Amino acid sequence: MRHVYLDYSATTPVKEDVVNEMIPYFTEKFGNPSSLYAPGLEAKEGLNKARKQVADLINAEEREIFFTSCGTEADNWVLEGVADAYKSKGNHIITTKIEHHAILHTCQYLEKHGVEVTYLDVDNEGFVSPADLEAAITDRTILVSIMMVNNEVGTIQPIKELAAIAKAHGVLFHTDTVQAIGNVPVDVKDLGVDFISMSAHKIYGPKGVGALYKRAGINIPSFVHGGAQEKKKRAGTENSAGIVGFGKAAELAMNGLAEHAAHSDQLRRMLWDKIQAEISDITLNGPADFTRRHPGNLNVSFDYVEGESILLLLDANGISVSTGSACSSESLDTSHVLNALQVPPEKANGAVRFTVGDFTSEEDLDYVVEVLKKVIDTLRKLSPVNGMEGWK
Amino acid sequence: MALYNDTVMDHFMNPHNVGEIENPSGRGVYGSPVCGDMMLVTINVDENDIITEAMFKTYGCGSAIASSSMATDMIKGMTIDEALEVSNKKIVEELGGLPAIKIHCSVLAEHAIKNAIYDYAEKNGKHYKGLEGYVPETDPDAHEHGCQVDE
Ligand SMILES: Cc1ncc(COP(=O)(O)O)c(C=O)c1O
Ligand SMILES: [Zn+2]
Repeated sequence: MRHVYLDYSATTPVKEDVVNEMIPYFTEKFGNPSSLYAPGLEAKEGLNKARKQVADLINAEEREIFFTSCGTEADNWVLEGVADAYKSKGNHIITTKIEHHAILHTCQYLEKHGVEVTYLDVDNEGFVSPADLEAAITDRTILVSIMMVNNEVGTIQPIKELAAIAKAHGVLFHTDTVQAIGNVPVDVKDLGVDFISMSAHKIYGPKGVGALYKRAGINIPSFVHGGAQEKKKRAGTENSAGIVGFGKAAELAMNGLAEHAAHSDQLRRMLWDKIQAEISDITLNGPADFTRRHPGNLNVSFDYVEGESILLLLDANGISVSTGSACSSESLDTSHVLNALQVPPEKANGAVRFTVGDFTSEEDLDYVVEVLKKVIDTLRKLSPVNGMEGWK
Repeated sequence: MALYNDTVMDHFMNPHNVGEIENPSGRGVYGSPVCGDMMLVTINVDENDIITEAMFKTYGCGSAIASSSMATDMIKGMTIDEALEVSNKKIVEELGGLPAIKIHCSVLAEHAIKNAIYDYAEKNGKHYKGLEGYVPETDPDAHEHGCQVDE
């Protein structure tokens, strides 16, 4: 059976060059990077190189990069750290309704501890209004956190403009760039941001490694307490092989950005054209202007059918996608992102996210659309609401 | 590796009794696409109160579709009284179990069948013990189905 992975926003395979770079750090360079003898120093050297590679990807200084265990940790750290360090200034954080749960659930946690959070609305393509941000800032606001690229519908926010608004009010700005790095240019100096969160496993690096960019001069408390690693900001013996892999993935992402984005965008457009040609009663979720969304992202609602059943039948044919359906979520709610975009629940229940990437080919997409057409057709024949007037 | 066991996957991939009976003895609907699951059941009942035919159409996840297929299999050949005893629990047992989080998606079959029987009873002026005091509801109960949509 043919296998086609179309869920690159969930995670990516680790590139061979990355794996090869990592292997010595499990074997001969296995030392603890804090040790002062050769195997330790070699490991330390690996960390330093990776720090430079990650810093270069986002035009930062090496001393501004702090490795973490994942993107989620970086998100938790910055929110909790700023809330703590700036509590004498204020207790108000502004974010959006479409953030990843790594941000939203941390905000909910902070709300239990006296922090006030404003969740900005987005328009029906997922864009935050700069005017809304401006209006939400008060003299108690200490942080604005707005994701650069949304993981479900791919919306690319005007971060530079939003960060400038925060700056004009003397408020710190964080952006979750987990879905952005490697897919769109991320230059922390040009964007004018104070913190960004990153993760390795979305850019063909290993899982369980992330980083926080913290602009030099800003101080927040350490998040994991213990040893002196990461300039005493993030304790715990470093995941040297993972960090080295992240570094290599960042280097490949930087050098390959234009090519990767063009390849993804071309395939994503092709997929959308083919789906539109073959399947009726569908809706695109997220920005209609593809230059304003993640280059590999396509999110489509298929009327009259439910997302998990689409996912299962595609999986039975070797195709991997994800869905915004309530049934496939732990909470049994439809996707909070699609809700925020005012996608009606019966359409959110039939939403499928496809993300293409570096290993996707045109032939893959021909196969996917051929199977998808059959799957949708089968499920619609099974559906009591197929073609029903006012079908919800 | 699969989300569901082989029996569930088999009923989901190749569901039995798909369709809608023309001029059925009874017709029942339960759920809505807004809540994520919806089932339409049509049954034919003979003069001995035996369900001779049962068909379904379902909008929903793998668990909802597999439960619909299994439940219609189960009630075929049963008397109305027996069919009214077919609970969600029995359907899940016949399926060899469902992931805990998916149980809620299987309850629609029990309800849709009950609604189809109610429709038959109403049309034919029949009374069944299992329907005493039953008020058919077509909208899922928020707690059972996790339909937490605020309009
Ligand atoms: C936007 C966004 N933020 C944060 C994360 C979490 O990253 P990680 O899996 O490294 O914890 C993800 C990944 O799902 C994401 O898409
Ligand atoms: Zn379900």
